[in-house]
Amino acid sequence: METLLNDFSPGLFFMQLVILIILLFLMKKFAWKPILNSLEERETGIEDALKAAENARKEMQNLQADNDRLIKEARAERDAMMKEAREIKDSIISEAKEDAKEVTSALIEKAQASIQQEKQSALAEIKKSVAELSIGIAETVIKKELSNKKDQLELVEGILKDVTLN
Amino acid sequence: MKIAQKTIRFLTIAVIAVITSTTFASEADRKDHPQKDGGQVNTQAEVKAYIKHHLKDSHDFTFFSYSTDSGERKHFGFSLPVIIWSSEGLVAFMSSEFHHNDDGHVIVEKKGLKFAKIHSQIYEIDKGATVVSFDEAHHATNAHKTLDFSITKSVVGILFAGLLMFLGFSRLAKQYKTREVPKGFGRVLEPLVIYVRDEIARPNIGEKKYKKFMSFLLTVFFFIWILNLLGLTPLGFNVTGQIAVTVCLALFTMVIYLTNGTRDFWAHTLWMPGVPYILRPILAIIELAGFILIKPFSLLVRLFANITAGHFVVMSLIALMVTLKEAFGPVASTGISLALALFIMVIEILVAFLQAFIFTMLSSLFIGMAVEEHEHH
Repeated sequence: METLLNDFSPGLFFMQLVILIILLFLMKKFAWKPILNSLEERETGIEDALKAAENARKEMQNLQADNDRLIKEARAERDAMMKEAREIKDSIISEAKEDAKEVTSALIEKAQASIQQEKQSALAEIKKSVAELSIGIAETVIKKELSNKKDQLELVEGILKDVTLN
Repeated sequence: MKIAQKTIRFLTIAVIAVITSTTFASEADRKDHPQKDGGQVNTQAEVKAYIKHHLKDSHDFTFFSYSTDSGERKHFGFSLPVIIWSSEGLVAFMSSEFHHNDDGHVIVEKKGLKFAKIHSQIYEIDKGATVVSFDEAHHATNAHKTLDFSITKSVVGILFAGLLMFLGFSRLAKQYKTREVPKGFGRVLEPLVIYVRDEIARPNIGEKKYKKFMSFLLTVFFFIWILNLLGLTPLGFNVTGQIAVTVCLALFTMVIYLTNGTRDFWAHTLWMPGVPYILRPILAIIELAGFILIKPFSLLVRLFANITAGHFVVMSLIALMVTLKEAFGPVASTGISLALALFIMVIEILVAFLQAFIFTMLSSLFIGMAVEEHEHH
């Protein structure tokens, strides 16, 4: 301890104190402050960049999810639309078929009715002409007053030949 | 490349400065005071004295010394200014006036006062006396120590380390203005700065408050490390092995943590809550002693003792070359000495870093204790 005290030089202590204070001041001003500041700046820069990258990645993921969702929705919508269209098509076809059936049956009925009518009128006309013809035949037969039966028959046959049923 | 060029230029200037100032010692020197043994260090006692001399601060900057055939002692180095506060005020002269004498035989007269250098300390001789007289324990009886503000070898070392730090780190700081990532030597320095910040300051002081103390911690860390490493070079600095230097560093730490202590810190130190009232004053004394005496003392002694011991061991192992010559012959003793000295030297390089690290680490730990905000229950 005594040698320690003996070796202690107050002058050197003073010099060291002064130099250390000056050195501290100079180093702080010209070295440590700028160095530490730029280190910190760089670190925050890197941190920010990493955060930004992470955010971008998340955003990308969100976008991807959105896209998937949209595609899915679109697909579902398309399917629904297709189904609807098919249904509409089917219903239209069946309706058309029904309509056509109705129309045709109506037409057929109409045609049948008109055919019936025509038939009736034709029959009436036939009846009329048959009546007229029979009257005519009867007239001629009566008018002629043939002598023999043979002639009478020939006449009737001849008339009948002329009057082929229209 | 630029840094290398500048370093070379600096070294050239330094070498020129050294060479021009070297011859001072040999001229008028030993004619008056010839040494009988030619300054050789051969015996164990001489080795011990030599090491002791090295461990002390020096007023000359001597790279090496040798003896000519005529027994004249020559020193290669340069003298440094001696500045002392004497009874007549400030006195300044060059250390060459002592002619490398270290036992008080050469007396320098300035302002009517007589000065002698004994064991690397400048003594002012009492009025009336012409020579220094010693008692049995080799203490000067008619001279007293002066306040010595000399630019000693340690001061040169401190200035040199400061210059290196300033050049290196201000260059690094400048690089950040133009580029994000430094290049060249800055690439070596940057991780060290980050290391001190992230491994020493942040975990010990806390995320919120560490910034305020970064300048001090960085300065102290690099200051001690560079000086420890300079001490391992053949330049022969022993700055961090000077008790005055470590006292100054430790006091600086103490002042910082005492002035930055929070209200919580003082409350816990002086009136510890949660302890019986009778014990509180006792605890306060213990805590105060811890913060004012024990912690700074442990800091300063640890650094001082480690570096001093390191120098002592390395020099002793080198001296084995001489002291073992009788027993093992010159080749074997040189081999043993080289191998052991190399081994310890490698450890010392580690210790140089370790001591800087420990000093900074403990400083930040103590600062952390002082600025910590306690959670109240």
